Amino acid sequence: MAATLSPPRLLPSGDSAITVEFSRYIDDAANRRVLALDRAMAGAPIDGVTETVPTYRSLLVHYDPVRASFEALGEQIMALAKLPIPATTKARRWRIPVVYGGEHGVDLEDVAKTLKTTPDDIVARHAAGDYRVAMIGFTPGWSYLSGLSDSLQMPRRQNPRLLTPAGTVSIGGVQTGVQCLAGPSGWHLLGQTAVRTYQLHRDPTFLLEPGDHVTFAPVDAKTFAEQDRAAAAGEIVAELMTS
Amino acid sequence: MSKLVITSIGPASSVQDGGRPGSQRYGLVPSGAMDRLALAAANTLVGNSPFTASIEIGPFGAVFTARGGAVRIALSGASRNADIAGRPVAIDTSATLADGETLTLGFARSGSFSYLALEGGIAGEPDFGSLAVNARAGLGSPYPRPLQSGDELQTAPASAAPERRIELPATADGPIRVVWGPQDDEFADDAKKLFVDSEWKISATSDRMGYRLEGPVIKHLHGHNIVSDGTVNGSLQVPGNGQPIVLMPDRGTSGGYPKIATVISADFGRFAQTPAGRAFRFKAVNMAEAQAAARQFAELLRSLPDRLRSIESFDLNIDALQDANVAGHAVNAIDASTWQVASADVSGPD
Repeated sequence: MAATLSPPRLLPSGDSAITVEFSRYIDDAANRRVLALDRAMAGAPIDGVTETVPTYRSLLVHYDPVRASFEALGEQIMALAKLPIPATTKARRWRIPVVYGGEHGVDLEDVAKTLKTTPDDIVARHAAGDYRVAMIGFTPGWSYLSGLSDSLQMPRRQNPRLLTPAGTVSIGGVQTGVQCLAGPSGWHLLGQTAVRTYQLHRDPTFLLEPGDHVTFAPVDAKTFAEQDRAAAAGEIVAELMTS
Repeated sequence: MSKLVITSIGPASSVQDGGRPGSQRYGLVPSGAMDRLALAAANTLVGNSPFTASIEIGPFGAVFTARGGAVRIALSGASRNADIAGRPVAIDTSATLADGETLTLGFARSGSFSYLALEGGIAGEPDFGSLAVNARAGLGSPYPRPLQSGDELQTAPASAAPERRIELPATADGPIRVVWGPQDDEFADDAKKLFVDSEWKISATSDRMGYRLEGPVIKHLHGHNIVSDGTVNGSLQVPGNGQPIVLMPDRGTSGGYPKIATVISADFGRFAQTPAGRAFRFKAVNMAEAQAAARQFAELLRSLPDRLRSIESFDLNIDALQDANVAGHAVNAIDASTWQVASADVSGPD
């Protein structure tokens, strides 16, 4: 019942944004409420709200302080946050091809050693998962996925790498992720996808939405190379299973 | 079409405008000018809309030459020595480079960033409605990276409009105001007190992503890892070493360190202009004061066109003249053709 939903905390992020915090932790139930509030605010726009940014545990609401005050906006948000989460709408489901290991996933062997199993077993476990886009953040298209098997959870690297390749698929803590751009990362690199989650001048520019479901399909290096050429030319490469 | 050719330019200089908000949910940060008031003032001087793309110039000098026609410019933000072919150019005024003339800018004297607006703006292909450079995301036009010598910026030929100056209120030099949160409950009261009672300096390793602060160690109550959540310009995040980092317009859209406080929006540009190494303080204010300041700041931005003054008038901008003096030119040596005033009139505002 809706009555059992505890109210979120309204935390000021300066004078032009409110952090609506549902949990302090990575928490699937909290993330569902974040995404539900995000949809509710998109469905019934509040004057002065300029942008909403869902994360694992909170929704950041940007607003224009000339048009809305912290108190008045906070009340409107609280009213929406108390509404029951609508029955799950049909989520989009993407299948993303990944080439695991070797130069494409330089940490696969080490992860297997640490978890006392074989690289093939790590690949099988990772590719068997049914993940949900919990948030997109840090850099364009960096998609944080929830739903990582307990058997693949391990602490992040002691020394983050300053540069990891575009398209890297990695694991860190209780999460797995797909990054679009090359950049720093402290996660363990399992593989690489040709899918661009962000690509300028492509429609859509951003492929994944928070709340989308994702599964991974292992491919060989030759297939990756072909897909990479196609993706560079603007093809989406990822397969949309349901819409 | 006129163009401005860059002969030399220091690091931390790029094309910036009002930025590209609206895609933070996909990890794309808005970027845009560090000091929006200075950007808007420079654009207003040359008749552009306030957040038109301009050249954000870092603390070092720069040299530009007009080619293919005359170029009208205006300089606002951090003051610095500036001249066109030897004629001094004051901060917060417009001026025109004839075809072939060179604009030479010195080091920033106060502040860190100056804005060089070009009449008619900078020609480019906007992405998400903006030309602002975000080098990490490969965005920005005409160059998706900081500016380099040899770059050319296409612009409109200078119009026959008279040169202007703009009267801005004196920059406040009090503490930078913050509101607590969103994670100030990750810090004990004595850590929060230490934060507002201490002097801080901005480290030289700062950039458009973040300003690193040097000062006392701010200790966390429960460690420095939180689950990532959203960030804003001015988020004061405290990593494990207890030295806060203030997130700037090229920040990551999410971050995993506790944020003790947030610089209020009205003070953000002034904070961004604080030079590395200069001591300053923070002051915590309540939400009502922060939002009143935000409304005042919006009103100031809205009033910019009303603050334009003709340079021919006798109510001279004394600050501008002092700038010109510091530039190494005696006041009475100011070129009358630039200033359109005789040195005998330099007695002060009337």
